[in-house]
Amino acid sequence: MSVEFRDGKKILVTPISAEDLKDIKIGDIVYLSGSLTTCRDVAHRRVVEEGREIPVDVRNNAILHAGPIIRPIDPDNGKFEMVSVGPTTSMRMEKFEYEFVKITGVRVIVGKGGMKENTANACKDFGCIHCVIPAGNAVVAAVCVEEIVKAEWRDLGMPETLWNCRVKEFGPLIVSIDAQGRNYFEEKKVEYNKKKDEQIAEICKHVSFIK
Amino acid sequence: MGDQVQKMTDMMAKFIGHTAKKLPDDVIAKLEELREKEDSPMAKVIYDTMFRNQELAVKLNRPSCQDTGVLQFWVKCGTKFPLIDDLEALLKEAVIKATFETPLRHNSVETFDEYNTGKNVGKGTPTVWWDIVPHSDKCEIYTYMAGGGCTLPGHAMVLMPGEGYEGVTKFVLDRMTTYGLNACPPLLVGVGVATSVETAALLSKKALMRPIGSHNPNERAAQMEKLLEDGINAIGIGPQGMGGKYAVMGVNIENTARHPSAIGVAVNVGCWSHRRGHIIFDKDLNYEITTHSGVKL
Repeated sequence: MSVEFRDGKKILVTPISAEDLKDIKIGDIVYLSGSLTTCRDVAHRRVVEEGREIPVDVRNNAILHAGPIIRPIDPDNGKFEMVSVGPTTSMRMEKFEYEFVKITGVRVIVGKGGMKENTANACKDFGCIHCVIPAGNAVVAAVCVEEIVKAEWRDLGMPETLWNCRVKEFGPLIVSIDAQGRNYFEEKKVEYNKKKDEQIAEICKHVSFIK
Repeated sequence: MGDQVQKMTDMMAKFIGHTAKKLPDDVIAKLEELREKEDSPMAKVIYDTMFRNQELAVKLNRPSCQDTGVLQFWVKCGTKFPLIDDLEALLKEAVIKATFETPLRHNSVETFDEYNTGKNVGKGTPTVWWDIVPHSDKCEIYTYMAGGGCTLPGHAMVLMPGEGYEGVTKFVLDRMTTYGLNACPPLLVGVGVATSVETAALLSKKALMRPIGSHNPNERAAQMEKLLEDGINAIGIGPQGMGGKYAVMGVNIENTARHPSAIGVAVNVGCWSHRRGHIIFDKDLNYEITTHSGVKL
């Protein structure tokens, strides 16, 4: 069983199966315990465009679109401390995400802001969800990291290294794309655009300063 | 003189570090106000997380957001300030020092050669904008951590006068519903109105240095600040773009005169974690910090 309930929190525990995700809907709030690996721009490019094998096994686990601040404790023996970690704009990875999910078998993608059809299709086709963690909350997120288990592709520098973490109740994670492919931000955008047009019309009644 | 350069470098490094860990007083007050006014469960969870994060950042002495930005300084320096010649170099040194002491994320990638310098400084970074103040021996410095997320919505263009302030309105609101959602609302929105892209763009960033709740001295510009603020809020973007009653902490407009044939307009946004600092030095390096109460460097 990879879903636990504790103190009113719904917690996904890795490894996660497609079955575990089927009752989760956009707008739900969940937490994550287990294996979470930071993975962003160049790492996606290496996996999808360069065809390189990802050196951390993310199958049935989670990735985080993020570039953290890390403090070395004993870097020669692979010991690091997570100082500050928060999500980065997920949309930058949209271009690669369908193939990335297909190749790696990742189940939970955590990031910031919405993603589009590529990711929504991947979520539907392969059983995966995209969640956002409220951004700018890097210390809340860092204290959920119990240990940095390993660091791969360190040649990419601190923000882009694959930092494989063991996390406990990492969150809150707000589900933005569910495994049915529904997309919270895309649905919200329809609403926002309609209201935006109304507001532009309203403001324009008052700003005819050039006469 | 060397001692004074070292002293100011150390003070600036400490101040930069502090601004990474604690938000300015006006931002905290505004976020508290907006938190009270939101009533959806999702907005409440988001605000609870934000406030818990800021408490933890101070308690654990860590940067509150992992993206500590590229450092930008707006300097208003008197021509008689004794360290004027050393200022730009010492600010760069202060950033390097703060990067290792705080620590800050390494956010300077050399363009074309495309490598991270690992020191948070590079060619032209940190950015330093100069306002020279004649007959003064003081130096005012605004510090700003320009994070990637809230830098992305930045946009400038030149409108034809026929598009008028209606065109300015559309330009700003269009940006909010596209890039604004990902820029960590509630945002502080800076708008520049001038002639060309660079004059408008610089004003839009300068507008973000103004305190929240301050108004443009021009009555119409102030009216437009309020109209845009209410209008953006009414779109319903809310905190983190997930829906809610308030999407902005304010809209600040800065303006100059313009060419009769052009309206240059630009928008720049600051995220909810608006890490702006303001410090004023006198000629002996006595200082006053206006943005953060209770700081001793």
